[in-house]
Amino acid sequence: MSAALDVSGLTTRFDTRSGSVTAVDNVSFSVEPGRILGLVGESGSGKSVTGFSIMGLVDEPGQVVAGSVTVDGVDLRSLSDDDMRKMRGSRLAMVFQDPMMTLNPVLRIGDQMAMAVRVHRKMPKREALEESRKALDIVGIPSPAERLKAYPHQLSGGMRQRVAIAMALLHRPSVIIADEPTTALDVSIQGQILAEVRRLADDIGTAIVWVTHDLAVVSSLADDICVMYAGRIVERGTAEQVIGNPRHPYTQGLLDSIPARHEPGGHLPQIPGSTPQLSRLPSGCPFRPRCSRATEQCKSEPPSDSRDGQIVLCHHPLEGS
Amino acid sequence: MFGYLIGRLSQAVVVVFAMSIIVFVGVYAIGNPIDVMIDPGATQEIRENLIRQYGLDQPLWRQYFTFVSNVFHGDLGRSMVYNISVTSLVFSRLPATVELVLVSVVIATLIGIPAGLYAGYKPGSLGAKLIMALSVLGFSVPTFWIGMLLIMGFAVELGWLPSGGRGEVARFLWFDTSLATPNGWSHVIMPAINLSLFKMGLLIRLTRAGMVEAMGAEYVRFARAQGLPDQQIVFSHILRNISIPIVTVFGLELGSTLAFAVVTETVFNWPGVGKLIIDSILQLDRPVMVSYLVMVVVLFVMINLIVDLVYARLDPRVRLKGGA
Repeated sequence: MSAALDVSGLTTRFDTRSGSVTAVDNVSFSVEPGRILGLVGESGSGKSVTGFSIMGLVDEPGQVVAGSVTVDGVDLRSLSDDDMRKMRGSRLAMVFQDPMMTLNPVLRIGDQMAMAVRVHRKMPKREALEESRKALDIVGIPSPAERLKAYPHQLSGGMRQRVAIAMALLHRPSVIIADEPTTALDVSIQGQILAEVRRLADDIGTAIVWVTHDLAVVSSLADDICVMYAGRIVERGTAEQVIGNPRHPYTQGLLDSIPARHEPGGHLPQIPGSTPQLSRLPSGCPFRPRCSRATEQCKSEPPSDSRDGQIVLCHHPLEGS
Repeated sequence: MFGYLIGRLSQAVVVVFAMSIIVFVGVYAIGNPIDVMIDPGATQEIRENLIRQYGLDQPLWRQYFTFVSNVFHGDLGRSMVYNISVTSLVFSRLPATVELVLVSVVIATLIGIPAGLYAGYKPGSLGAKLIMALSVLGFSVPTFWIGMLLIMGFAVELGWLPSGGRGEVARFLWFDTSLATPNGWSHVIMPAINLSLFKMGLLIRLTRAGMVEAMGAEYVRFARAQGLPDQQIVFSHILRNISIPIVTVFGLELGSTLAFAVVTETVFNWPGVGKLIIDSILQLDRPVMVSYLVMVVVLFVMINLIVDLVYARLDPRVRLKGGA
């Protein structure tokens, strides 16, 4: 099966007055139709910028400087601005973190959705509203026809995020990039949305990139997992491989710090230090200063090591079981 | 909604009352109109008769009381200078001012808002910097000076436009307006531009500020992710979001220009209400001053009410509550 989304060597740089910062450094992965890829990392690891780079929506002064992004075989970086705009929303869509902010507060849900329908398919507004109603129905919103007349502030956070997901689904895109879409929601709502997304990926065959800092969320949702650190993907493999048998010390550290994996009241291990500033990365492996396995060797660029398709960027990968 | 209107109107009544007292006392303090009106050589007898005739011998509180009770009977008093009722005096001048202000507000809006949107959309561009520089000139260079420059340029040197006064009028609906004749337009256009410059500068800066802020908003990013073209994002998504501060300032500006277009009206010899109030202050025409200022207060209260109602239309989150 060919990949719906193929990212290869993607590099995004921010040229600021105080110097150039590489927020996304040589990132490669691919997602097949109907599969969910979890892109995991702490804040500042470049996971959101990766999502925006794929969408072609990196804010100034950021710029994608290298690599390719292919959706359904179309190389996005070779497209003109207007052709790229036509891809957005129709072939690849995005859902954002904060459902309170992403919908326009002064427009009715129906008007916003109809606008999103009609920008890619010419049709009377009445039909566009009907399309929108169906999309709301698919994501499990009760009495969708009434919701179309509502303003965003009249809906709860969970409902708004469902609306945003419905908007992403309007044109049955091949790829959806979901940037921490459940982070701002209650845990119970989070579970519902996750189940809903899993079902949609299976039913519609959309490839989903789920960007999150929460390894616990992706472990139950994703088929494949990429772990990002300081702009690079440090480990990549199937969910079972990465969760069950992590090879990068950073992944191991993240897994160890999930409370649910420990006895209540026991000591919760944590990764020492904090995410490095991208403008002041150490030479070689960026995780070196926080790593318990670091040696003199780690001052040089870490090699890529592959085992059964599980790829890790480390001098001293864990051998695991 | 109904409760809200009642609350607002009773508030308005209090404001109008308070203002009328302040105006009345203020005008009383300016001076005795009789001294200005009559020949200094007139006899003491004539002088005292006149004072009695206008009720100026009464104590202040009684004069005020008489004024208020007359107002409730629909009588705002008679002008001491023109000897006609204040109502018909003001309404004879009002159409001239209204048409001038209307044209200037339309010019300011049609140029100011698009220019502000552009300046906010491309903040770093040369065009945006030029627009911002001009907007500073718009509200920092004195109106009378620009007015005189316009007259020098277009009336004196080029001879394209008349230097002042109101042109031919024709009847449109219930009013005589110069906007119904070509000659009238040639008279109104220059003072209208002069009057619009300040408002234009203000609108440009307000629109730009809102636009710059909105361009970074999440909902704009989300609209981009849906593949909406920038043009549609600006006009369908952003414009409505940033319109509340614009409407507020627009309303206040509309009110103050209607009431105090004095400078432009004087420079261009425009027979509007602004010139009327200045003339009546110079001649201490007390009834005109008092009634006019009270009418201005009513005008502002009404504009504010309309602005609030427009808010509720623009932003569904605004709830109109009684008395708030």
